[in-house]
Amino acid sequence: MASRIEKHRGILEFTLSSLMRRKGKNLSLFLVYTLVVFVLGSALFLTQAMKREASLILKGAPEIVVQRLLGGRFDPIPLDYAEKIGNVRGVVSAGPRLWGYHYDPVAGANYTLMVPRNDAPARDKIIIGNGISRIRMAYRGDIISFRGYDGLVRNYTVDGEISSESELVSSDLILISEADFRDLFGFPATRATDIAVRVRNPKELSTIAKKIAEMLPDTRPIIRDEMVRTYDAVFDWRGGIVIVLATMALLAFVIFACEKASGLSADEKREIGILKAIGWETSDVIAVKAYEGLLVSFFSFTTGILLAYGHVFFASAFLFAPALKGWSVLYPDFRITPFIDPYQVAILFFLTVAPYTVATIVPSWRAAIVDPDSVMRS
Amino acid sequence: MIRRFFRKKKAKSRLPVRKSSLCLSLLGAGLLLLGLMFTHAALQRQADAPSIERMAGVVRNLELTDLSLFTEARYTRHLSQADLHSAFQDHPAALEHFPAGSIAGPPAGLRRFNGKPD
Repeated sequence: MASRIEKHRGILEFTLSSLMRRKGKNLSLFLVYTLVVFVLGSALFLTQAMKREASLILKGAPEIVVQRLLGGRFDPIPLDYAEKIGNVRGVVSAGPRLWGYHYDPVAGANYTLMVPRNDAPARDKIIIGNGISRIRMAYRGDIISFRGYDGLVRNYTVDGEISSESELVSSDLILISEADFRDLFGFPATRATDIAVRVRNPKELSTIAKKIAEMLPDTRPIIRDEMVRTYDAVFDWRGGIVIVLATMALLAFVIFACEKASGLSADEKREIGILKAIGWETSDVIAVKAYEGLLVSFFSFTTGILLAYGHVFFASAFLFAPALKGWSVLYPDFRITPFIDPYQVAILFFLTVAPYTVATIVPSWRAAIVDPDSVMRS
Repeated sequence: MIRRFFRKKKAKSRLPVRKSSLCLSLLGAGLLLLGLMFTHAALQRQADAPSIERMAGVVRNLELTDLSLFTEARYTRHLSQADLHSAFQDHPAALEHFPAGSIAGPPAGLRRFNGKPD
């Protein structure tokens, strides 16, 4: 047993010397390989963590939101619809939600104005999200002006800020009183933006949504599962920009693997021939190449995945930020919670390490089974 | 005696470290770092759980439906509340022009019913 271990340590020593002899080639391979794992790993970590975080945060969202559609578009809903929905069996409460958007030309950003049903601010007072506070440099006691639907400017005193902890959901939010909201937008007193419905038994959600759609055919009920699924789709690993990045990275890697698999260099073939001529067995030659592939893949994978982890969870995925922010002027400042799935890391490991190792072994096995004399002469 | 002991130790330390030992130590360090990564993630998740719970509380209290990630357009700010044709709402052939549209794909229902283009 000890002699076998010693033999393999010897083979490992030879592999390391062989890797050091082709320093430049192996270093560039290590860098590309690490980059591939880094990009794929970052995308994987980011999407997985955002999906999980969104599903955990949105579990507090209303079970059903009922919108009214007019001409295929979202339209304010009459307040008496809330009463009708409230009478549906299984519904605990159906309350109107008042919210809308306001474009602020000073900051060039869109704000979401909302009337909270509990603890709404007093008249002429607003509570602002952290993003707005940052972009407008507005704090408690400052005055912010908005131009209303009639062109007249209204002044609001900042009464407080929403906790920075919840910036992911409230960065662009402004809480305002109902009277101020209706006055700013000229919103009819008999209408609301939509209706939030609370249900007693979550298993009945789809039945109740169906009942609402049948009772009020001009409405569109959106259930909480659909809200969570929207974010699943947005951050799906197979979706949009992520897949473009992943495909490019994979293509680059395939080119590298093909280059390796297409054959060995003349020097490498000669080396195998000499080893065979001095008495090495085919299995030993294959072991050298397997160690070579495993060492390069393992160190590249480990470096890439650790860098990806640091990039996403310590540096808030700053390399992906331009793609995520888009044209948004207001962007929440948040740290991503590391929801990582060992299963996905294992898949990434096998998708990168296994093909590379096989691609390294196959050509050397082909060279190792040929007569050493002919290999050296060729 | 003491001098001889030190000379012996010095001679021992002069022995070159085998490349394979160094490599195996690096392999071990790599595995350890991977393990530490998972441990850190688990600990951080535990530490962040109350903060996520408080955020869910804000969502429950204010009856919010979406994350404020993409504030560039009304239908990207409230992705789950946007109508099904929001990317094309200005006119039927309008192309999506906000970068967030390249991350958010079309709803599954639309993809299912669309035929292959000629």
